[in-house]
Amino acid sequence: MDNGKVTNILIVGVGGQGTILASRILSQLAREEGYDVKVSEIHGMAQRGGSVVTQVRMGQKVYSPLIAEGQADIILSFERLEALRWMHYLKKGGTMIINDQAIEPVPVIMGLQEYPDNIIERIRKKIPDTVAVDALSLARKCGNDKAANVVLMGLLARKMGFAKEKCLRALEEKVPPKFLELNKKAFEEGWNAEV
Amino acid sequence: MKELLTGNEAIARGAYESGVTVAAAYPGTPSTEILENLVRYPGVYAQWSPNEKVAMEVGVGAAIGGARVLVAMKHVGVNVAADPLFTLAYTGVNGGLVLVSADDPGMHSSQNEQDNRNYARFAKVPLLEPSNSQECKDMVGVALELSEQFDTPVILRTTTRVAHSQSMVELGERQEGQAKPYVKNPQKYVMVPAHARGRHLVVEERRKRLHDYVETSPLNRVDWEDRRIGIITGGIVYEYVKEVVPGASVLKLGITFPLPERLIREFAAQVEELYVIEELEPFLEEQIRLMGIEVTGKKLFPRVGEISQRVIAEKILSVTAHKDLINDAVLAEGVETDKDVRIPVRPPVMCPGCPHRGVFYILSQLKMTVMGDIGCYTLGALPPLEAMDTCICMGASVGSALGMEKAHPEMHGKVVAVIGDSTFLHSGITGLLDIAYNKGATTTIILDNRTTAMTGHQDHPATGRTLRKEPTNPVDLAGLARALGINRVVVVDPFDLDNLKNVIQDEAAADEPSVIIAQRPCALLVKEKGLPYVVEAGTCINCKKCMKLGCPALTAGVETVIVNTTLCTGCGLCSQLCPTGALKKEGEVIG
Repeated sequence: MDNGKVTNILIVGVGGQGTILASRILSQLAREEGYDVKVSEIHGMAQRGGSVVTQVRMGQKVYSPLIAEGQADIILSFERLEALRWMHYLKKGGTMIINDQAIEPVPVIMGLQEYPDNIIERIRKKIPDTVAVDALSLARKCGNDKAANVVLMGLLARKMGFAKEKCLRALEEKVPPKFLELNKKAFEEGWNAEV
Repeated sequence: MKELLTGNEAIARGAYESGVTVAAAYPGTPSTEILENLVRYPGVYAQWSPNEKVAMEVGVGAAIGGARVLVAMKHVGVNVAADPLFTLAYTGVNGGLVLVSADDPGMHSSQNEQDNRNYARFAKVPLLEPSNSQECKDMVGVALELSEQFDTPVILRTTTRVAHSQSMVELGERQEGQAKPYVKNPQKYVMVPAHARGRHLVVEERRKRLHDYVETSPLNRVDWEDRRIGIITGGIVYEYVKEVVPGASVLKLGITFPLPERLIREFAAQVEELYVIEELEPFLEEQIRLMGIEVTGKKLFPRVGEISQRVIAEKILSVTAHKDLINDAVLAEGVETDKDVRIPVRPPVMCPGCPHRGVFYILSQLKMTVMGDIGCYTLGALPPLEAMDTCICMGASVGSALGMEKAHPEMHGKVVAVIGDSTFLHSGITGLLDIAYNKGATTTIILDNRTTAMTGHQDHPATGRTLRKEPTNPVDLAGLARALGINRVVVVDPFDLDNLKNVIQDEAAADEPSVIIAQRPCALLVKEKGLPYVVEAGTCINCKKCMKLGCPALTAGVETVIVNTTLCTGCGLCSQLCPTGALKKEGEVIG
């Protein structure tokens, strides 16, 4: 990470997927690196299965907690369609990390709108540095679907060049002890994921 | 020690450090987490009140009693609490009182985007606006000191981006203050006209003293840079301005009422181009114009929604002679969207197993006119249920159902009010009393899911637990309705669709008012999920009747409907709609 500038990470997904925990682990990591950090979350109505976005900014000095459109260095998307919805927030040359999972929104379930096909290929055409991983399967391998968020954190942390020991310390800070072993395993799965 | 805190966590920390001993609130996004955090600190008594007015009145009593007090609510909550606020501005306090108003520009989770800064001017009380979490913490302390020094309530106004953004906060120690003694003083605290006339003079005199105070407060400061552009701003917009126009001089106002006139005049005189940038109303701009200072504000910047870095850059660039001071990097084009594909919307939805779903399904089947209210169940207005006609404010369903019925007597039997348990206790009770008193025949459906769900599951007077998680006497909703004069009160299980339909039809048709309590805990509170349903392949005729429920656990397949068994909670509504019995509990399927 370049010390002189602010690094912007946009975490998007569907309400209930655990994006907030992911952002808390990431911000803990940034603090351990000695950066100024700001995080913006949305609570309330959107959390009921709506499209949710969490923004994390880190650097020597951060003013705004929000990332301007087109300025994200990395987008971590917990779901395919959400990656497509938010991709214009990514700067040219940025990195897109996608959990290769589809959660159909109600208008699609109702048959009123269509879930687009070949989303990852579509995104890859616009964003050369696109990485897709099946975090749900990897989480399931660790014993709990809910750990998919931490699998994705593992992949993101490696992509961002954080030291692994520091990541595990951040996990210890932010995850309740009884889920720590599960989440450490999930983090390793993401870190080692072949993409 | 530094911690990464949200604005709300920092406000709670500030209240703790500043020696607050009493706090009251009603949950409302984006204010809820203030009390949820404050209750964890030792030496602070914190409570959920049934509504914001009562929370404010609890604060009034505690402050007159001499304690330091915090009262918190979302912007529209201040409408409810306005009555005690305006007269507390006359009586003044004894111990300091800070009212946190959490506004929601952009309406992330609200029914309007009113600008509560106007309340400060209206009630003539000081107004503080933090830009980040550190300021949230610090300004609670300043607000309490100001409150005691000037004998007035003080409003601390945040917005969603301040309340729900995390930034670094330096923690301090709690300053243990003794509660001031209470001294009886009817001239000050009993606002009969003769006393109130005298107090109004005190308010005006206080306003003058406050004008002097704000001129030198460190919360109002100038960041001098290049004097070709000067910007007056406060709150979250300050953070955007520092990023977008790093080269400009900025007058940052931490106290936005009353305004520091001398400071503003001096600043205006020293800069070439003068802008005022604020979200929503031209609150600062109008007051600055009244001083006779020409400033560019709402002529350029939007009055609707949130202001972004991009808007600030674009708008200033469109008029300034000093483009070199703008950091136009925020305007750099990012990745193009894929224009070949239509992206389906993803609106919020009722959860799988939500006890509200069946009620709205039946109301939609019966083609009822539904006067709605504020809560998760407002989602009943969205497709495919589309079973809500109005949603105005907390409690409005009940009174407006009576109004609709009085305007259209022929609609009797086709109009119902639908209101959640927490919302009913907040401000539905008086509406129901009105129905009984004025001989309405309205049916009120209380969706009793045993919690305040939308804001994240807070307790309320019917749950039997306080904010401190102590057991308490729960109010009996059925008994309460009867006591108000409603004779027909029925409790139903919203998972039993046939019975639900019969009860709603019978009660709506009755010639006297009725209350139906649809009782089931919120699906998110039920720890043990039931066995999921599955589709028996040969039996499903793919008629999609079950899909009319809008359940996220059901998907239209090519040959049959498909149940997502991870999401399904086994509520069984879909199986009750299935004409062929194809939806079966897991384990019941043959073959």
